[in-house]
Amino acid sequence: MKLSKVFSNGVLNENPTFRLVLGMCPTLAVTTSVASGIGMGVATIFVLFGSNLVTSLLRNFIPSKVRIPAYIVIVATFVTIVGMVMQAFVPEIYQTLGIFIPLIVVNCIVLARIEIFASKNSVAASVMDALGMGAGFTLALLLLASVREILGSGSWLGFNVSVALFEPAIIMLLPPGAFIALGLMMALLNKFTGRVEE
Amino acid sequence: MEFAGEVFLIILSSILVNNFVLSRFLGICPFLGISRKIETAVGMGLAVIFVMALSSVITFGVEYLLLRPLNIEYAQTIAFILVIATLVQFVEMVISKSSPTLYKALGVYLPLITTNCAVLGVAILNIREEYGLIETLFNGVGAAVGFALAIVLFAGIRERLELSFDLPRSLRGFPIALITAGLMSVAFLGFHGLIK
Repeated sequence: MKLSKVFSNGVLNENPTFRLVLGMCPTLAVTTSVASGIGMGVATIFVLFGSNLVTSLLRNFIPSKVRIPAYIVIVATFVTIVGMVMQAFVPEIYQTLGIFIPLIVVNCIVLARIEIFASKNSVAASVMDALGMGAGFTLALLLLASVREILGSGSWLGFNVSVALFEPAIIMLLPPGAFIALGLMMALLNKFTGRVEE
Repeated sequence: MEFAGEVFLIILSSILVNNFVLSRFLGICPFLGISRKIETAVGMGLAVIFVMALSSVITFGVEYLLLRPLNIEYAQTIAFILVIATLVQFVEMVISKSSPTLYKALGVYLPLITTNCAVLGVAILNIREEYGLIETLFNGVGAAVGFALAIVLFAGIRERLELSFDLPRSLRGFPIALITAGLMSVAFLGFHGLIK
C-alpha cells in the first residue's frame, strides 16, 4: 500500500472516531473547548507515533505470547513522557485534560493500531498509519469541540463568535451535550455518505 | 459517625451524582459495545464490580507501599496498568479453576476489562483525591456499581430500540445509542441536587 494511502485511510475511510468508533471516552470528555480538544489530539498523535514506531522496530523480537503486556509498557512509556512534557510547557491544558492524559494508555485507538498495523508492517508504513489515525482523531475532536464551544459558550478557540445572535446553551458543555452532539454528527455523516450500520 | 457520613457521600456520589459513564465519561467503550442485550450487560457489570473493587485496593497498596517510598511516582501510569492487566489475568485463572459457573458467566468479559478506562480511571482518581484505604474501596465499588447501573439501564432501552422499525436509516446503530445515552445523562444530571 502506498504511504499516502495509509495516511488518508486513517483520516477518512477508517476515521477512528466516526468510522471505527474507538477512543470515545476522551472524545466526549475533552471537547468542551477547542483548545483542550487540540491538546488531546496532539498528545494522542505523539503517543501513537512513538508506540507505532517502537513496536514496528521491535516487531520481530517481541514473542507473540507476551505481546500485549509488552505493547502496554511501550504505550505507557510514551504516555508518561507526554504527561511530563505537557505539565512543564502547557500547564493549563494539562490541568484541564486532567485524568485523561494518563488514560491515553487505555485509549483503544493506540492498542488497536499497534495490534492491527504496527506489529505487522514496516516502520515507514507504521509511522504513516500513526500520523493518519492521529490526524483523523484530532480532526474529529476539533469538529466536535467546535460545535460544542460555539453553541455552548458562543466562542471558538476563545474568540467570541456568537455576535449576540444567540444565547449560548450551557447544556452543550455538560455531559448530555457531548453525547447528543456526537450522535447527531455521526447520523449526519451517515446520511451524506450513505453508510448504514446493520 | 462523621467518617460513616463521608463514606456514604462517596458512595452516593460515585453511583449517582458523578456517575462514571454518564458524567465522567469513563468506560464508554464497553458501555456502547456490550449493551445490546440485558444479560450481557449484567455480566459485564458484575465483572467490572469484582475487578474494580480488587484493583482499587491493590493500586492503593502499590502507590503507598511501592511508588512513594521509592520516590518513583512518575511511574504511576505504567505501574497501575500493569497491575490491572496482571490482576485481570489472575482473576480469570482463579475463577476458571475454582468456579466454572462463575467463569461461564463472567469469563468472556474479563479480558475486555483491561482496556476499560474506568478501572484505571478510578485508581488514579483515588490517589488524586487522596482517599484513605476504606474510602478507596468504597469509591471503587461505588464507581463500578454506577457503571453496572448505567449499562444495564442502557441495555434495557437498546433492546426496545431494536424493535422500532421506523427509525431513520442514518440514525441506526451508534448515533441513536449516543443520543439515548445523552438523554440518560440528562436524567442523571438531576441527581446533582443530592449533594451540594
